[in-house]
Amino acid sequence: MNLNELSILSLYSAMGVYALAFIAFSIDLARRSSAVGAVQADELSSPEARGAAEAASGGTTTLTRISTRIANDAATPYGRSASLRVGVSLTVLAWALHLAADVLRGLAAGRVPWANMYEFAMTGTLLIVTVFLIVLTRADLRFLGTFVTGLVLILLGIAALRFYVEVAPLPPALQSVWLVIHVFVASLGTGFFALGFALSAVQLLQFRRESLVAEARATRLRFVATLPSSATLENLAYRVNIIGFILWTFTLMAGSIWAEKAWGRYWGWDTKEVWTFIIWTIYAGYIHARATRGWRGSRSAWLAIIGFSAVLFNFGIVNVFFKGLHAYSGL
Amino acid sequence: MATLSRPSDHYDSRPARPGADVTQPRLGTSGWLRWFWRQLTSMRTALFLLLLLAIAAVPGSLVPQRSSDPNGVTQYFANNPDLAPALDTIQAFDVYSSAWFSAIYLLLFVSLIGCVIPRTKHHLQALRATPPKTPARLARLAGFTTRDAPAGTDPAAAIDSARGLLKESGYRVARFDTEREASVSAERGYLRETGNLVFHSALVGILITVGFGSGFGFSGQRVLVEGQTFVNSLLAYDSFNPGRFFDDAGLDPYKLKLDDFTVDYETENLKAFGQPLDFTADVTVTPRGEDPEPAAVKVNAPLRTGGTDVYLLGNGYAPTITVKDPAGKVVFTDSIPFLPQDANLTSLGVVKVPDGLKKQVGMIGFFYPTQAEAQSGAYFSSFPDLEYPLLTLNVYAGDLGLDEGVPTSVYSLDTDKMDALATRTTTVKPLELKPGETQQLPGGLGSVTFEEANPGAKKGDFSGSVLRFASFDIHHDPTQGWVLLFAVLVLLGLLTSLFVPRRRVWVKAVRQDDGSVRLEYAGLARGDDPALEAAVAALADRHSARLTSPASAPLAPAPEQT
Ligand code: HEM
Repeated sequence: MNLNELSILSLYSAMGVYALAFIAFSIDLARRSSAVGAVQADELSSPEARGAAEAASGGTTTLTRISTRIANDAATPYGRSASLRVGVSLTVLAWALHLAADVLRGLAAGRVPWANMYEFAMTGTLLIVTVFLIVLTRADLRFLGTFVTGLVLILLGIAALRFYVEVAPLPPALQSVWLVIHVFVASLGTGFFALGFALSAVQLLQFRRESLVAEARATRLRFVATLPSSATLENLAYRVNIIGFILWTFTLMAGSIWAEKAWGRYWGWDTKEVWTFIIWTIYAGYIHARATRGWRGSRSAWLAIIGFSAVLFNFGIVNVFFKGLHAYSGL
Repeated sequence: MATLSRPSDHYDSRPARPGADVTQPRLGTSGWLRWFWRQLTSMRTALFLLLLLAIAAVPGSLVPQRSSDPNGVTQYFANNPDLAPALDTIQAFDVYSSAWFSAIYLLLFVSLIGCVIPRTKHHLQALRATPPKTPARLARLAGFTTRDAPAGTDPAAAIDSARGLLKESGYRVARFDTEREASVSAERGYLRETGNLVFHSALVGILITVGFGSGFGFSGQRVLVEGQTFVNSLLAYDSFNPGRFFDDAGLDPYKLKLDDFTVDYETENLKAFGQPLDFTADVTVTPRGEDPEPAAVKVNAPLRTGGTDVYLLGNGYAPTITVKDPAGKVVFTDSIPFLPQDANLTSLGVVKVPDGLKKQVGMIGFFYPTQAEAQSGAYFSSFPDLEYPLLTLNVYAGDLGLDEGVPTSVYSLDTDKMDALATRTTTVKPLELKPGETQQLPGGLGSVTFEEANPGAKKGDFSGSVLRFASFDIHHDPTQGWVLLFAVLVLLGLLTSLFVPRRRVWVKAVRQDDGSVRLEYAGLARGDDPALEAAVAALADRHSARLTSPASAPLAPAPEQT
């Protein structure tokens, strides 16, 4: 068995373990829902408790308060959960296998493992999980586990089935330190954007729940009650997204420097350049929206969601189907 | 609430004068202008224009653009004869220089300038202002915490010490003392707004340098066969695109000779067999009035010389073909760049012999560096290097169409007014030549020779038998360095504006009724500031440590010093 075959074996194992982690995280969400159900049953019997819960989820949170600790402003506090811990442990295990797969692929090729679609996907998803695990040490975002493992599974599945290519040497146009820098930073930025996307999406769910609760109407997706308030989620999403934005700004510049070296012009509105620019502009819009009256909250969250959709589009559709100088999908 | 993530003294967040519109129902022209300007420079408009710009950039990735893909545009016109002209009227093939795209970004940048100037003024004022008075009740503010001062501490002295501590940490400070209490008000993070202004100004800088600066440069293309020399002058370019303000007197006439062009191909990894690994154009550069010096141009490693940047963009084979008349007199000899058609360098080229023969002769040639034959009998190349080279020539005689004064491409042959003498459909099949071989042209017109470029080679070794060509892009852009400088400023501005926290901190010493002194600490976030409370707590700890530690506490004289 050669290094590349080992890498493939390791990757498939990682996918198996991610799938188990996904199941554990899903069980956790289900548990959250039933926990909320129990609390709501209690509330029906004690109207005061219900009033208190509503007050807690109302818009009283201030920026200064949330910055202390997150997760303690959930409408329905949610205790320890075995499945959550199992989910995280499995994710760490899968991440280690994933890392091994990536490193082995790099060793097999004798270069960085991000020079074609298969490798971008493998390294990009590895970075998504890495960012997730690092952020977990600073904030309890374990409730995003289903999203992260699910997204990574889908992307890896597509990569393994549709984008797989054999190890090949780098074409001269890619032999540059800028490949190492530019593509790596872009993938890292994508990791942050992915997390920001998930936070913004949950923020929208949470906001909807909060509005329903405020109008004293029934809510669906009960587990949302165990998650931080929409204001907290918005702030978290913002922090994650601006890191992504800075990395993306750097990606854009590094790409221009490389384009100047390889093609003789730093900017030529090539399709891939156009999409990198579009993504940058959407996120600049997102940052502005956060500072514009009437655009904070759900509207800015939608911009973050559109931004990440554009990132996925840029990776999955533009690379494969659009014509341009960046014909490096290896397909 | 709406201005949480920005300083509240921010320009845009200045509250609108209430009732301004009501008391002034009729706006004059200047009133309208002012209203329009306020709208244009509002945050909402900036946001709207940014999103509009993102949307407007999309079509250019869906439809081929003249600037980056002119052949694609031609193809698009051929494929969509009805749609294409309609799209053309709305400049869909020139999106990024179109009137509508330009309008959006110019408006955005006018808005940006209109935004940055007042904010800069405002910021300069803020830099000189003193921090605001300490609030009466700190308990409601972020990170509020208290400490008991060591017995015998004097409030004013304690605050002096806090003031020193804050100044050391980069805060600007102001003292506010009353009878019962002393306090210091401190603010830091002006750099945040500075960074933001640098960021936005640098964006304007990029736009201006790109907009005007590109007019001073040029780009040109030149194909060189091994052995050929190019002199950097207008006429020597195959194509030349000057910027609007370019003056060709500025061309530095250095000489560039292509000595050798080498390509390494993958031969070990069967899955990537024949893939090029490395291209190197070995050249000799002779700056005017200086000695020649060797240099190399590679993909990703342009040659910077004579104020120009020389890029290696393409390469291929340039078979040397000689045509003689029936008497053996040479009427044509040249190395002709053949355009590669696929990864294994099956190449297509055209030979035109206008004079010296009975009729004008045109030939369409296919060159296969490693010729192989498909089941159908068609030839193809199975490897890009010279393993088993073969040249086939389709021969036509008649009018080359050169005399009508219409410029014709050297890469194409119009056979409409010519007779096919040797093609796949005529009785005489296309001529087939290996390097060094000669064949008679049909109809007794003469002979054609495929010259061996390396006559001394052993029999069967074709490695140097055909010359290669390299195509170079030669650019001059005097503004590139400026763009880079502004880009770096953009990045630095962004980093400072997003990571430097702007915050206010207060320390208050209050004399209690029992004579002891209570120290109060609190902060105020001015923007998204997750670390504020930790910073206040750390300040409180360091301050109490300083008050109790003998070495640095001037208030309670340490016993051993007395
Ligand atoms: C070329 C278009 C523009 C781009 C790409 C852009 C981009 C950005 C970015 C990336 C930020 C966040 C980083 C920072 O704070 O420095 C930002 C912040 C800001 N921009 Fe712009 N901007 C543009 C135009 C404008 C215009 C026209 C205005 C004025 C109306 C404006 C006002 C602001 C303000 C006030 C902030 C601070 C927001 C905050 O503190 O969160 N920008 N801009």
